Amino acid sequence: MSVFINKDTKVLVQGITGSTALFHTKQMLEYGTQIVGGVTPKKGGTEVEGVPVFNTVSEAVSQTGANASVIYVPAPFAADAIIEAVDAELDLVICITEHIPVMDMLKVKRYMEGKKTRLVGPNCPGVITPEECKIGIMPGYIHKKGHIGVVSRSGTLTYEAVHQLSEKGFGQSTAVGIGGDPVNGTDFIDVLKAFNEDPETEAVIMIGEIGGTAEEEAAKWVKANMTKPVVGFIGGRTAPPGKRMGHAGAIISGGQGTAEEKIKTMNACGIEVAETPAVMGETLLNVLKEKGLFDKCKTHFYQALGTYTIKKNENDFTSWEGMDIWHNIL
Amino acid sequence: MNIHEYQGKEILRSYGVTVPDGKVAYTVDEAVSAAEELGTAVTVVKAQIHAGGRGKAGGVKVAKNVEEVRTYADEILGKTLVTHQTGPEGREVKRLLIEAGCDIQKEYYVGVVLDRATSRVTMMASEEGGTEIEEVAAKTPEKIFKEVIDPVTGLLPYQARRLAFNINIPAEYLSKAVKFMMGLYQLFVEKDCSIAEINPLVTTGDGEVLALDAKLNFDDNALFRQKDIVAYRDLDEEDEKEIEASKYDLSYIALDGNIGCMVNGAGLAMATMDIIKHYHGDPANFLDVGGGATAEKVTEAFKIILSDDQVKGIFVNIFGGIMKCDVIAEGVVQATKEVGLTIPLVVRLEGTNVEAGKQILADSGLNITPAESMADGAEKIVALVNEAQ
Repeated sequence: MSVFINKDTKVLVQGITGSTALFHTKQMLEYGTQIVGGVTPKKGGTEVEGVPVFNTVSEAVSQTGANASVIYVPAPFAADAIIEAVDAELDLVICITEHIPVMDMLKVKRYMEGKKTRLVGPNCPGVITPEECKIGIMPGYIHKKGHIGVVSRSGTLTYEAVHQLSEKGFGQSTAVGIGGDPVNGTDFIDVLKAFNEDPETEAVIMIGEIGGTAEEEAAKWVKANMTKPVVGFIGGRTAPPGKRMGHAGAIISGGQGTAEEKIKTMNACGIEVAETPAVMGETLLNVLKEKGLFDKCKTHFYQALGTYTIKKNENDFTSWEGMDIWHNIL
Repeated sequence: MNIHEYQGKEILRSYGVTVPDGKVAYTVDEAVSAAEELGTAVTVVKAQIHAGGRGKAGGVKVAKNVEEVRTYADEILGKTLVTHQTGPEGREVKRLLIEAGCDIQKEYYVGVVLDRATSRVTMMASEEGGTEIEEVAAKTPEKIFKEVIDPVTGLLPYQARRLAFNINIPAEYLSKAVKFMMGLYQLFVEKDCSIAEINPLVTTGDGEVLALDAKLNFDDNALFRQKDIVAYRDLDEEDEKEIEASKYDLSYIALDGNIGCMVNGAGLAMATMDIIKHYHGDPANFLDVGGGATAEKVTEAFKIILSDDQVKGIFVNIFGGIMKCDVIAEGVVQATKEVGLTIPLVVRLEGTNVEAGKQILADSGLNITPAESMADGAEKIVALVNEAQ
């Protein structure tokens, strides 16, 4: 089991003929994701990477039986792409596109009320169930199959957490990037709920950042409902107020949305918060030990991630190659 | 994106939101002739900078005649105002708004914001006008009233009426207040605002409802379809390096420290600043090179970091997803060759195409210190910068 996606998920790529989409379609296919079709208006009837391309989402769905889509369409057209996918009644739509105007997303959210589709993102890295299905832009090789759920507002911090877990021998059930925008489809609580109900997931890492109050609300939900341990991290402790830190949602304004406030609430709700981003994995491991879940969650011995090749002097610890050997010894 | 108060008022006027008559002035003479043109008994001289708290800092003066306008304009133009929003270095005043004074009966607050919790635009109003709304929210939250707006219907007249009644706007001003609020909402939506704040909104002795101040803020992601708003951009109000960065779609924010950072992803960029601080270093900037960066974009990012004299070392922290490590590596190599590198550079690469990236750096022959994790990288750059000093 896992949440949102698994080996049976059939995926469409919207905007498949763009260069970013092409690169990641190839990566997803290599990972083993079932990419059953692509959509680019006026490119219907062609084929890329062995995947048939359609003019519209509804046509693609009826021809391929797809139940999910991933969107790489440029920001000015992304809201339209999301609504097209919702209209085609897909179960899951993952929007990678960043810089979508907030006003567009307000309309999308309104349109989606009462519809069956789940939207993840926008401005997110996607969702991955290791060794089964990867939808998005995350580097597949850092993930290992296991029992830790990961949910995050930040793409690269998700990779950071996953990397730390895999390195220590702790695989993941599913990693979900919910995105850094102020208006998004799936929030922390939606994902926490899913992890809580997923028999494969034993514990969760939740990664937030400054801005808004989503982390506080999630923490309160955890306290009231969650039966599995949750640890956290909040990015932006040192961010100055009033400055938008890259993500449209990451801004401290009117004294709201500070890291201190979030960490305080999370701690009060029983969520251990990592002191630095470098110890997210370690913090979780300590909690697993406390809860007697350590052995259950340990899925593999340490192994070097990816396919590093050793070429030069094996004793040279300063070269990149040497670094990997050193890494291996640890 | 921020704009000036006088620009905000121009936009408000075009949406039927009433504002006092006024003109922008760049010189003392322009200020005087603007006042003469207005011909009102009382004229207000207002400093135009992109920061609040101008009144307290001496940037807003009430003149009783044209001579006083000359005196105040002379005093404020060219003055560096330090307010709670400018930082200690303050902001030089280069423009003034010369505005007709009015007979204020009472001050109110009206603001339109995005409520993230409900994913709806929300209008807030309070009869505690003139004070910071955060302060009102902290002290007397019961005095703030909200209307959540459905994007399908927009703000409905009954909602505007309810707000007006709740904040005790006298009945004789009601229809003008409703028109004011409806216009403000329309503007917010059509111009892709992220904040539209009128503080204070005032009722006047001659029966008007006026926006005495205007704070409009726009969604950067929507500027591609708001050409008239982009035309209002005042580069004097922005950090030079931030302007340069925005040309290349880089998200850059200048900070006070001496360790330059180049990171992909906003979350990781923030976390990188945090971890540098954790190791007792001081980040010089926040810089997210974003997802679809090219080698050229990375080169520009590098140049921007190096153009800051404060920078004594650079930490590149990349976890490639959509961003490929080899692209970053190429950019770093290209930039160092172009600009020359005399300060320590620590690079941590992980993720998509990591092997190719590391290879490019190793083959470049440049003096680059590799790091195996972000903690390792942060520790190394802090140590190297300390050593150099």
